[in-house]
Amino acid sequence: MTSVLKIKDLHVAVEGTPILKGVNLEIRQGEIHALMGPNGSGKSTLAYALAGHPKYEVTSGSIHLDDVDILELDPNERARLGMFLAFQYPVTIPGVKVADFLRHAVSNIRNPDRKEGEPLIPMREYRKELKGTMAGLGMDVEFARRYLNEGFSGGEKKRMEILQLAMLKPKFAFLDETDSGLDSDAVKVVSEGLNKLSGPEMGILIITHHERLLEFNVPQFTHVMLAGRIVETGDASLAQELHANGYKMVRERHPEAAAEEKEELETV
Amino acid sequence: MSSVTEMSVQPPAGFSEKIFEDFLSSRNDPGWVVELRRTAFEKYCELLQSELDPEEWGRIDLRLFQPDQYKIIEGSDSTDQFGSMLLERGEFGGHITHVDGKSQKSELSEELKSQGVIFGDLSELVHEQQELLQPYFMKKAVKYDTDRFSAWHAAFWTSGTVLYVPRNVEVKVPLHSLVAMASEGASDFSHTLVILEEGSSATLLEETVSANSDTNGLHVGAVELIVEAGAKLRYVQLQNWNEKVWHFAHQCGRVAKDAFLQWTIGGLGSRLAHIHQDVMLDGRGAEAEVNGVTFAVDDQVISFYTQQSHNAPDTRSDLLYKEVLRDNSRVIWRGMIRVEPEAQKTDGYQRSDALLLSKTCRNDSIPGLEIEADDVRCTHGATAGRVDEEQIFYCMGRGLNKYEAMHMIVEGFFQRVFDRIPVEIVRDTLSQAVEKKLQLGD
Repeated sequence: MTSVLKIKDLHVAVEGTPILKGVNLEIRQGEIHALMGPNGSGKSTLAYALAGHPKYEVTSGSIHLDDVDILELDPNERARLGMFLAFQYPVTIPGVKVADFLRHAVSNIRNPDRKEGEPLIPMREYRKELKGTMAGLGMDVEFARRYLNEGFSGGEKKRMEILQLAMLKPKFAFLDETDSGLDSDAVKVVSEGLNKLSGPEMGILIITHHERLLEFNVPQFTHVMLAGRIVETGDASLAQELHANGYKMVRERHPEAAAEEKEELETV
Repeated sequence: MSSVTEMSVQPPAGFSEKIFEDFLSSRNDPGWVVELRRTAFEKYCELLQSELDPEEWGRIDLRLFQPDQYKIIEGSDSTDQFGSMLLERGEFGGHITHVDGKSQKSELSEELKSQGVIFGDLSELVHEQQELLQPYFMKKAVKYDTDRFSAWHAAFWTSGTVLYVPRNVEVKVPLHSLVAMASEGASDFSHTLVILEEGSSATLLEETVSANSDTNGLHVGAVELIVEAGAKLRYVQLQNWNEKVWHFAHQCGRVAKDAFLQWTIGGLGSRLAHIHQDVMLDGRGAEAEVNGVTFAVDDQVISFYTQQSHNAPDTRSDLLYKEVLRDNSRVIWRGMIRVEPEAQKTDGYQRSDALLLSKTCRNDSIPGLEIEADDVRCTHGATAGRVDEEQIFYCMGRGLNKYEAMHMIVEGFFQRVFDRIPVEIVRDTLSQAVEKKLQLGD
């Protein structure tokens, strides 16, 4: 059965300020969606709300993964159901080795009922899989022995996110500006990596305001967000249009949202 | 003295002059020990009349400390099983156990005996090895007259662990010393004396434990580590008393030319602990690495007063303390790097990092430098921070529950200090102790 993630009329506020004002979006496993929009339009807010960050307060609307009401769940329960956020700014966890961290993550996600202290995935099996996955992504095994994101370059942090994605094999992955701040070589590596991982088992939401990532991972759907709403949905050609012309045309087509956006910017 | 008779502070009931005399006659100490005890007792009575050094003690509240509750028991017949965290994990070349201030048993492998290694109870060895011990015991490292606690210890010490390694002998298997308290109101005045002769090496792992979680106890201890030229000592003390014990300790390492001391302190137990830790780099090329792992919970107060003294040129010291605090606990670290005028080309480093897991815990970290040489490199730093909510969220986003995330972050916090400890069983033991402490909060 193909799983579906349904976001209905989602309103989200951060510290009392409404950011998302009625987002509707449906993603099926196997689909690639691009979410584009100018800075401050609410793209990352949607990603954080999906992952369940406590600072992002859902004031109305719903998110369902098939029949499960996601909003009732903690971030770890969402992860165990198969949701994954690749962070724009992955945090550093000093002293925790990549391999140990991922072993815990993999154990929890493959055995969603696992409680702390219960056995982890067997070491041999895990090591073999990790090594294989890293090789597949062209990563040095030495990476796994480093402390999570400690001293990593921007590109290494993003590759780390892709490695986690590869090991955890979520049903739905949200990539929050995975291509930002990277040089073109690093974007290529990450794009190719993602391309290898995508397939019928994974629904992907690529958040970006460039379209470099989309060259390798051509979206079936492109959504444009403006002032906390999705104002347009098209195919890959919409992404290309935005890349070529920026958001001027979009703003002209949606004067109300553009006015709201302007107002928000002025109050900030 | 007589002019202040009315005002004078008397020793606690269990350590009065009468009891001191009885104590002396109950023991069969050699003359030089008796003499040292008498001098120390006199000094103790004298020092009780004056305030403790406010720089060292100013942040520590001793008002709830009731020394009258404790007495010298000198041994118990206790056959309690002490939960030694180290013993079950590894192979040891010898071990010794002290309970309530009396040595119960000691063992040393035949191989080490034949190499001239001495490992045993101080009470016996002050007789058997007088010539060897007398020049060192409370003369070179810990001095009896430093403050009232060192004097108290020197007057009333009961048993202790002695390790002596002759010249150029390398002891490859670690030795183990267990110091335990079992009886209510017991006191432990144990003394650890390690002497490594030129070019020798050894590892001593020591741990302190309580038989159960609710007996009151008092530790007034001393640790003396003598590392002669070119010798290499690894010493670990895992302080793991229950949370009722008051722990006062004078600890001092003296490191000679080209010698190396690696000293690891685990501060896990006790109600209140104050450790006065001195590392003296006495010879050219001497080196010391000091590691501290502290985890304070509930109402525990754990305090360190550390000094790295560079007394010779080309010496190196490197101190790293990592402290985790929870509940209402308090951790105090006051560290000093002192560089004497002749200690040119010194490389001194000290750092304390605290991780605060509650809003009501408190950490005071005060690094300090006193440098009298002009060609040195000394660096120090202290940090205190809380667990970052974004770290927790990140871990949860990968399927870890909140506690698992917290545990991982705390273990990671200690990892940098674990990475410096080459003895695997110590690393494992500390990591298990941390895990155990974390679970109290679940």
